[in-house]
Parts: sequence; C-alpha cells; structure tokens
Amino acid sequence: MSARSRPADVSGALDDTDRALINVLQGDFPLSRHPFADVGARLGLEEADVLARLRRLLDARVLTRFGPMFQIERIGGAFCLAAMRIPEERFGQVAERVNEFAEVAHNYRRDHALNMWFVLATERPEGVADCARRIEAATGLPVFLFPKEREYFVEMKLEA
Amino acid sequence: MSTGADELDRRIVVATQGGLPLVSDPWGAVAAELGISADELVGRVESMLERGVIRRIGAVPNHYAIGYTANGMSVWDVADETVDAVGEWLGALPAVTHCYRRPRRLPDWTYNLFAMVHGRSREAVRDQLEEIAARLEARFPGACRARDVLFSSAILKKTGLRIGAAA
Repeated sequence: MSARSRPADVSGALDDTDRALINVLQGDFPLSRHPFADVGARLGLEEADVLARLRRLLDARVLTRFGPMFQIERIGGAFCLAAMRIPEERFGQVAERVNEFAEVAHNYRRDHALNMWFVLATERPEGVADCARRIEAATGLPVFLFPKEREYFVEMKLEA
Repeated sequence: MSTGADELDRRIVVATQGGLPLVSDPWGAVAAELGISADELVGRVESMLERGVIRRIGAVPNHYAIGYTANGMSVWDVADETVDAVGEWLGALPAVTHCYRRPRRLPDWTYNLFAMVHGRSREAVRDQLEEIAARLEARFPGACRARDVLFSSAILKKTGLRIGAAA
C-alpha cells in the first residue's frame, strides 16, 4: 500500500474559510459568467482568493474533483458497483491492474472477505459486463457485479 | 447517441468530466473549447440539470480529508416483499448519504440493501447503525434477517467518470 493511498485526516489543516468554501461549493455552483466571484461574494472573499483556495484544496486532494457530476445513465451509459475477493498477498498488484481500467471511477479497500469495491462507469450498459470480463481476464479473479436496482436516496454532501 | 443534441451532451461530459477550469469565466472557457457560445453552453447545462444528466455542479470532497475518516457501507438482508419500504425509510434517515437496492450474489453475498453512513470514527458509525437497526426492527418487525458494515481502509482510486473523446 503506497503512502498516497492511505487515508489521511488533514482536516486540522483546514481553516474556517476553507470549510465554508467547501460547504458552499457542495451546493449549486452558479451558471453565471463569473461564478467564482459570485461564490466569493457570498463568503466575503475576492474571486482570486476563491480560485487560489480551490486550487490548493484540489492539489492537496482535500477535494477530489470540482465540476459537474454526471448521471451517465441518463445519456445511455451505466454505473455499476463491483466487488472482488483478493488474496492479501496479491492485493497491491491486483489493485494496480484494476485501477488501470479507465472505467474504474473509484475504488475502495474494505474490511471484508470481498475486500475491494469499485464503481465501473461505461458509455453503454453492455460495457459493464464487458469491462468486468476484461478485469477477470487481467487478474484471474472473479468480479461480482452489483448493479443498482433501485435508488432510494443520494445526497453527496458532507459538511466540512 | 446519433442526434446532434445527444452529441453536444456527450461533448460537454468529455470536456468537463475531469473538472471545470479554474478561471474567472469557466463556462466561457468550456464553451470556447467546444466551439459554441457561452449562452448555448449554459442553456444546455441547465437542460442537463433538469433532465438529471447532471446531478449537481460543485466540489467532491475527499471525505477522509474533511474529517469523515469512518466510511461505512452498511448492508442489510431484507425480505424482497418489504425491501422497498425499508429502503425508502432507511434512505430518509439523516445519517444515510446513499441508499440503493442491489441484487444478492448467493452464496457469496446475501445482502440486498446498501446504505452509506459517514462518521468521524468507526465507533460513531457502529453506534449509529446499532440505533438504526433497533428502529428498523421496531418499524418493520422481522424484515431484516442479517446486516453487516464494511469500513473502507484505503481509497485506491477516486477519479470519477472518464468516457472517451470519440463515440
């Protein structure tokens, strides 16, 4: 396991303004011509300060992304949760192989016999099964697919 | 995606899936890259929001980095005839950030309901789930046959969607 992948709580390094900015930016980002200036106005910050803080938070990986979040299903694509059971001694090597697939949008190690859980994002629904087969071929291990049958609730906001 | 309308949606996905440019006028910058006017882009992004192609525009925090070091995927084996009622109920709880029904993979995996709970410690998440399980049993007696929680111990990748530039 590389140092980069180990979860780190760097929340102590965030100041109150960073937290306020993260919270505001998890809401609706303006579709105006100068949206960062508009966000800054709500927080009493200059546009340049908003941009500099945002760049720093992304560089420090406090934020993993900034932009639209897509439901690719709505334009013909698919997301699918998948899991694998990986022998401990092969975990690092298999994680590398799996992460090489562009379709793997995110991937977590979890404490369970099924110890790797990832999300596949593909342009076509049939891409999910195809990608799972290619991962199985690349790793020699079975991939369990857990497509969502129903969504009851999604709220992707966490107060910083 | 054969029509021009769908193709523009797709080009917007490809242009912004890695993130918006951090410049004063990001929508103008994306529009210029796509060879359309900023008004046309903004109109289309509004339509994509209305159609649910875009769920939200904004920041995705690394939950560890903002102090949510315990990321628990709670999983529940609920009788098929009650699972939707239980799912709606579970998804409405403030502690739950995502809630889905998924297929079982017998014999390896018996759970059909997944609910994410984030907290500042594993203990806090376990306590919360303990309380949720008790309330669930009171509300839907006997519906939940087994449950578990899978904590994440490492983020191995978190890039998000990456579709290709060519259809």
